[in-house]
Amino acid sequence: MKDGTALHLSVNGQSVSVEASPGRRLSDVLRRDLGLTGTKTGCDAGDCGACTVLLDGAPFCACLIPIAQVAGRDIATVEGLASGGAMSRVQAAFLRHGAAQCAICTPGMLMAASALLKQIETPDRRQVERALGGVLCRCTGYAKIVQAVLDATGSHGTAEPAAGLAVGASVPRLDGPPKVDGSEVFGADFSPPDALLVRAVRAPHDAARFTIGDVAGWIARQSAAVQVFTAADIPGENRFGVLPTCSDQPALAECHVRMRGEAVALVAGDPAVIETLDLTEFPVRWTPQPALMEMADARAPDASRVHADRNDNILIAGRVHTGDPEAALSRAAHVAEVSVKTGYVEHAYIEPEAGSAWMDGDMLVIQACTQAPVMDRDDTARVLGLARERVRIIPSAAGGGFGSKLDLSVQPLIGLVALKTGRAARMVYSRRESMASTTKRHPATMTARVGINAQGQVVGMAFDGDFNTGAYASWGPTVAVRVPVHASGPYRVPNYHAQARAVHTNGPVAGAFRGFGVPQAAIVQETLYDDLANSAGIDRLQFRLDNALRDGDRSVCGQQLFGVGIVDCLLALETPWKVALQEAQDINARAGPIRRGVGVAGCWYGCGNTALPNPSTIRLGITADGRLRLHQGATDIGQGANTVIAQICADALGLPLHQFDLIGPDTALTPDCGKTSASRQTVITGKAALLAGAALRARILALSNMGDEARLALDGNRLRVSDGAGQRVIDLSVLPPDSQGYVLATEQSYDPPTQALDENGQGRPYAVYGYGAQMAELEVDMELGTVQVRRMTAAHDLGRAINPRLAEGQIEGGIAQGLGMALMEEFIPGRTENLHDYLIPTVGDMPEIRSILIEKPDPEGPMGAKGLGEHVLIPTAPAILNAIRHGCGARITCLPALPHRVLAAIHATQEARDG
Amino acid sequence: MLLTGWDRGRKIHLYTNKIAAPANKGKPNVSAYYRPDSLTDALAVLDRTGAVVAAGCTDLFPATERQELAGPVLDVTAIDGLRGISAMAGGWRIGATTRWSDIVAADLPPAFDMLKQAAREVGAVQVQNAGTVAGNLCNASPAADGVPPLLALDAQVELTGTAGHRVLPLAEFITGARQTGLKPGELMTAVVIPHTSGAGRSRFLKLGARKYLVISVAMVAVRLDHAAGRVTDLALSVGACSAVAMRLPALERQLIGQPVRDLSGRVDQRLVSDALLPISDVRADAAYRLRAAGELLRRALRDLEVAA
Repeated sequence: MKDGTALHLSVNGQSVSVEASPGRRLSDVLRRDLGLTGTKTGCDAGDCGACTVLLDGAPFCACLIPIAQVAGRDIATVEGLASGGAMSRVQAAFLRHGAAQCAICTPGMLMAASALLKQIETPDRRQVERALGGVLCRCTGYAKIVQAVLDATGSHGTAEPAAGLAVGASVPRLDGPPKVDGSEVFGADFSPPDALLVRAVRAPHDAARFTIGDVAGWIARQSAAVQVFTAADIPGENRFGVLPTCSDQPALAECHVRMRGEAVALVAGDPAVIETLDLTEFPVRWTPQPALMEMADARAPDASRVHADRNDNILIAGRVHTGDPEAALSRAAHVAEVSVKTGYVEHAYIEPEAGSAWMDGDMLVIQACTQAPVMDRDDTARVLGLARERVRIIPSAAGGGFGSKLDLSVQPLIGLVALKTGRAARMVYSRRESMASTTKRHPATMTARVGINAQGQVVGMAFDGDFNTGAYASWGPTVAVRVPVHASGPYRVPNYHAQARAVHTNGPVAGAFRGFGVPQAAIVQETLYDDLANSAGIDRLQFRLDNALRDGDRSVCGQQLFGVGIVDCLLALETPWKVALQEAQDINARAGPIRRGVGVAGCWYGCGNTALPNPSTIRLGITADGRLRLHQGATDIGQGANTVIAQICADALGLPLHQFDLIGPDTALTPDCGKTSASRQTVITGKAALLAGAALRARILALSNMGDEARLALDGNRLRVSDGAGQRVIDLSVLPPDSQGYVLATEQSYDPPTQALDENGQGRPYAVYGYGAQMAELEVDMELGTVQVRRMTAAHDLGRAINPRLAEGQIEGGIAQGLGMALMEEFIPGRTENLHDYLIPTVGDMPEIRSILIEKPDPEGPMGAKGLGEHVLIPTAPAILNAIRHGCGARITCLPALPHRVLAAIHATQEARDG
Repeated sequence: MLLTGWDRGRKIHLYTNKIAAPANKGKPNVSAYYRPDSLTDALAVLDRTGAVVAAGCTDLFPATERQELAGPVLDVTAIDGLRGISAMAGGWRIGATTRWSDIVAADLPPAFDMLKQAAREVGAVQVQNAGTVAGNLCNASPAADGVPPLLALDAQVELTGTAGHRVLPLAEFITGARQTGLKPGELMTAVVIPHTSGAGRSRFLKLGARKYLVISVAMVAVRLDHAAGRVTDLALSVGACSAVAMRLPALERQLIGQPVRDLSGRVDQRLVSDALLPISDVRADAAYRLRAAGELLRRALRDLEVAA
């Protein structure tokens, strides 16, 4: 609101004058009035620290300061860190160390770090952790951020790799500079001129019927013009969903809501007016209905149905069966059984969903944070009754995704307003709105039995799991199919039966979250393996080695596997394992309440869609003036696709990486590279990039009549091709350009070869798998039940480490999320819809992480590469739970392992032993 | 009415006099925001408007999703003399708008160590730079980090209205979860620590499910003085285990006069449990909180024994 007297501020050394009410948040004034969008807002509550700025050199959350208090003080933001066009040392260190992934927290981290570095030039780790303790990061696991701050005075650089040497080099991310200078444009950072602000009226009940009341009367009572949109305004089919066969979620509910936070109406208008509306006064008559919140209630014989056409509230069931597991279990020397319950886990990216929509002639353009631009285009077009060609999706930078930004959020809502009004429309979810309305990890209730013979070989396994998919389908079917395929873990299981069901409740929609149900299932299998190793008197790591899959073995789906790296990963842990066990033994011989525990867990994970096509297409071209352009449609949500895919393409083509211009993603400019999920981009889009690079190279070699050994060099509009014998020069300027403006170009697609699963889940669900094993060392406080993880050693087989530093960043970030899931994260609808009741790890909660990259080439993956993004989270929680058990005897079967649960489990163990 | 503010010695005109007016149709509502530089003016505004008192705003802003504080607001951060810690005859005076980072940086005797330790646990550095001591007390959260150490320092609060001052023991000021004895028209102007509470050494321990930015599951503050190997003065308080943080007078009485050595072994869990009434919530169950309170007290005492 422009309703104040002019205030004189000093921002980054410049005097500025703003007309603003004195009670406004500094963050809002910086972003909206001064255009300094480098300062991010993630919670508006001081919980995330993304908005950290310096006032007279000291860090503050800009969201908590009324601007009246900053007049006359020096305000420093991320935009002021660079001077004379040169990055500050801490910014350069962030780039060099890979400290920025999605980078939504980066400005806050940089400001908190620079406050410290002004006071202490070479701080120690403790000082760095305390200085960064108020800024949350969900991607990096903090390790590289801490390293960068500790090395802020350093200057070692990475030389740009020469042609053919990009793969395997820890190249700083190609999209890095805007991530550290504050110029990156996230969903909330762009506002078209005169955009309408859109807000949603959301359900306060878990289940209710409703009617919309006197909207005209409500509008008339407002102080300025407000427009309202409801389901009746939706021109297309009012349902969306990531899987076309079970699209069931309305963009705006029609007459009843199935979950809290479901949108029933939109209000749009001038931002100053819309922002201050009290939407609890919006006329909706709610008739609450009994809600089914637990799966047990939803599966009761007399339960009402969340969706009329889904019997027993079961969306779908998945199943894998091989051999005769019951007979094998009955003959087994030892059988272990466990039931485990996990809760909703929130993605908790620091960027709440946001975006803008506008009309460009006939075309509806949507720029918003997403992981799946083409799916967004198709689903939004369907809801709005438009042909696909009339919708263009420009992904903004995504401030974290982890699976949740695969589903639509703001897109159909702002699209509707832009389409109906012809004006630009903008929407930024509040933290509460983001947490209440978007997807979560599936809560799971799982039971399993595993049996071994007298030699300690696994002979059979039976697994049964219910996965709470909440009010709508989202990725429930994927979880139900993936879990039975993966619940065996990366081990030989000759007799196997696994089934998983996606169960509807009136809880939040559960969707994709790093691992699609596999992290939950791994907890069951890996804790049972500890039981069995202990029963058989075999070392727990050795037990896993004895049972690990090897090249040529068949999976529980009957698929013969090659390039299997689990043995290599487990072997890499052997020495640290022995050291850790000895250390634990020494520590536990001492008095006091601290008990050291060591645990291990393995993982495997198939890359890409499960037995379904999921092609990626890459376009590569050279212009007449010698620009080399890679059209890359895979969204980089921080994991590094922009860099890794370009590295693969560069080496396949044989030109240096730094000569590539990156185009996209943008549905108008880039071919479909599918969604950023299922750890598929390095493998599938990477392979398409490999094929494109190779095809363009073949074309150039053919033009110059040179052999495959020839070297390429791009020098202005001259493309030189040389070998030992001579050199040919292609004059690009004389070649005829194609319709895209390229004189040399190619477009290549890759779809991994999979085969549909039969009724027993037998087939070839994935073309490529990745493997890993992690070891946790931790301390349990026997009197308080607190757990402090000291070290994680993580060995991951990624086939070929295209960019080792980015790979380490994935491992560290995955471990942070796995640690959160194990120890502190539990989303409770209506209760933990903020980042102070829903806890994710801070920098002070992270252990030392030792990453070991194993490169066992995959026969199918590009240059042998396998996926990594989800694998890295899967073994963390089971390794931690196994370490807790090793340290104190307590078995945790209800996650997270909060101190009171751990203490209760310790007491139960003591009572069982004493009783 | 003086409606200007002082900032770092420079007088700035912040704002013209806008008393909250009824919402005008066709025009956004103007929120009144006052930032006077004198206590007299502040009290006059408060008396006339009943404004919400704003200082560090670390509780006010999280309570709204809007981008502006709803008025009328009385911002007390420009008032001369309200910020800072001073030693005086009879004790110490902590001005109402003293920030937690001011506490961390202050030169204070070891009896205040627990207050400094608590100050470093309030949110994280960003919140410690903004949040004020008085704000923490007036917000009266059962999990307020500042309350247990101030209780163990026998803190009193100075409440000022147009009619004058009154002083209340902190234990009487906070009357329940989010409830205080502040009367309309009154401002908390200072927290006063009596001289006698400056003796001895002290320890604060906070237990939460993560390291930074965490709301306590339980916390304790302990101040201990001893002579000839025996406890001469002891203050024990526990937070987040009842609607209001509590001193534990029965346990204090039992331990005063005991040998300092092995004091932690003499903590009677029954006396801890009897003094508290914790809730079960998402962070922990009630039984756990009681156990944790006892254990934290033992550990805090052990730390002080070792140093004795």
